[in-house]
Amino acid sequence: MRSVRLRRALVAIGVLIGAWLLVPTLIVIPISFSGEDSFAFPPSSWSMRHYATFFTEPSWLNALLVSVQLAVIVTVVATVLGTAAAFALSRTAFHGKGAVNGLFLAPLIVPGIVVAVAVYAAFLQWGLIGTPTGFVLAHTVLAIPFVTVNVGAALGGFDRTLERAAAGLGASSLATFRSVTLPLIMPGVLSGAVFAFVTSFDEVVVSLFIQSPQLQTLPVRMFTSVTNEVDPTIAAASTVVITVTTALLALATALRRNRRHA
Amino acid sequence: MPDTATGARIEVEGLTKLFPGAAAPAVDGIDLEIRPGEFMTLLGPSGSGKTTTLNMIAGFESISAGRIALDGGDIAQLPAYKRNLGMVFQNYALFPHMTAAENVAFPLKQRKVAKTEIARRVSEALELVHLGGHGERLPSQLSGGQQQRVALARAVVFEPRALLLDEPLGALDKKLRESLQLEISRLHRELGITFVFVTHDQDEALALSDRIAVFRDGRIEQAGTPADLYETPSSRFVATFLGDSNVFTGRVRDGLLDTGWCSLRAPGGPEGAVALVVRPEHLRLAVPGGPRAEGNVLSATVTDVVYQGAFRRVLVRFDGGGSGQVREAAGVSRSVSVGERVEVCWSEDAGVLVPDGAEPPANQPVGAR
Repeated sequence: MRSVRLRRALVAIGVLIGAWLLVPTLIVIPISFSGEDSFAFPPSSWSMRHYATFFTEPSWLNALLVSVQLAVIVTVVATVLGTAAAFALSRTAFHGKGAVNGLFLAPLIVPGIVVAVAVYAAFLQWGLIGTPTGFVLAHTVLAIPFVTVNVGAALGGFDRTLERAAAGLGASSLATFRSVTLPLIMPGVLSGAVFAFVTSFDEVVVSLFIQSPQLQTLPVRMFTSVTNEVDPTIAAASTVVITVTTALLALATALRRNRRHA
Repeated sequence: MPDTATGARIEVEGLTKLFPGAAAPAVDGIDLEIRPGEFMTLLGPSGSGKTTTLNMIAGFESISAGRIALDGGDIAQLPAYKRNLGMVFQNYALFPHMTAAENVAFPLKQRKVAKTEIARRVSEALELVHLGGHGERLPSQLSGGQQQRVALARAVVFEPRALLLDEPLGALDKKLRESLQLEISRLHRELGITFVFVTHDQDEALALSDRIAVFRDGRIEQAGTPADLYETPSSRFVATFLGDSNVFTGRVRDGLLDTGWCSLRAPGGPEGAVALVVRPEHLRLAVPGGPRAEGNVLSATVTDVVYQGAFRRVLVRFDGGGSGQVREAAGVSRSVSVGERVEVCWSEDAGVLVPDGAEPPANQPVGAR
């Protein structure tokens, strides 16, 4: 009896917290389909015109393209570097390994604004403000921890006897990595890659500091829109961002479930 | 069918492994010659260095000193993947993302064998372990016994000249273990290659091996055929590790062993501090006061009778001290009961005298296994 009531109470609390987290975000979705030039909720008429603006007006479309391209490059770079780092950390023992491990997680822990100021100061010196290289460097630093954590977890559960078996069967270290280790840690690598993509695609604080009028990411463009204009196109932009990140994170979850069953 | 000449000769000289930070070497200068086509078992308790020795032969552990030769050529510096030795692990170590057939094909792919040839040899190897038709299954869809048979097929498909097996039956239940024992024995006969088999299970070792090397504390205590080791152990450790034994310790003088609580006729052997080892099947039980047999006779009280189907194990306490066990064929004589007074007899040449080294391993109390 008691446990039933307890379960109901827990479910109710869960639903409430979920609603609290989600509803403010989801409210942009109906607004994005509004037929008016205001944020009135609920909208009095419906249309796709904000999406039309988003996908045709150069300032929005460019920002979207910049963000997608940047996220793809960052994903590739961070996944390769982060996987290599996770390997080094899981396969070697050295003095101060804990400290190095902590350094890899630092971008997750240090407040974003502090990182942003530091990156801004450094990039100003190096002339990287407003450059594609600067964006790739900054976003990669922020994305790498997600890759090392995910790949590290995958390597932690990896049975190294399999590598011995492969060597015993005639496979060199490279062949073993390619045909045995990598396929088996792939779910970890892929979910790290998804997080890297989302990290870059979502990033706003550091990007605000290192942007230039010529090179703006989608979140930066959205921020400018919110501060300078009253334009419901941002609701359409937000809906696109929500859709992309939700789809990718769902993929990452599916991959992780897959890994657990493997 | 290949003849026995296809097996490799493996020679190990002064082989030593010292792990960093360890007080004593894990393997301490062992010498061992494994003949072509031989089934050699490395037997010993855990931590005795048998697996480390196998891993050094396989190339998974570097050596600290010594020499490993394959058909006369030194392979100690060769990486594992170039040694061309088959290896079977306790936990099967099948690649979980590959089907059984893909697992078996793996070593052939590494050797750049042609596709059609791979298909033919994979199906042959799977037939060899009676798993034809299971090739498309993933390891997770196979039972433990089937997985280990896939692992065996994978380890022999590239025709290595020696197969190394690291406790391959350790993860299986008793029934499967016995059927796979027969399978391994048959594979050894059919392939004719050298087998090096690591186990801590003495029954497995006795049943399968041409020769056994008994490991203890990183050294080889004795190497010989199962019969050699069982019938003429060279030390008390070997005597008690292989099979059940009654052990009487004491000093020998003029053919008599003085244990401190009785005097026993001893066979020839070392002088001084010795242990007399008598197998339970060589002891007989007699009624006190009955006709005296030749040899040794000790009065005792029965403390337990364990029925084991084909035989009974009778545990006794000798009057002077110490315990022992007698193995009696079931149905041959009347059964004794607990508390009964008996005489335990054996002929003096049924025992073996060995130097009284150290205590037997703690997990195998004398006469109580």
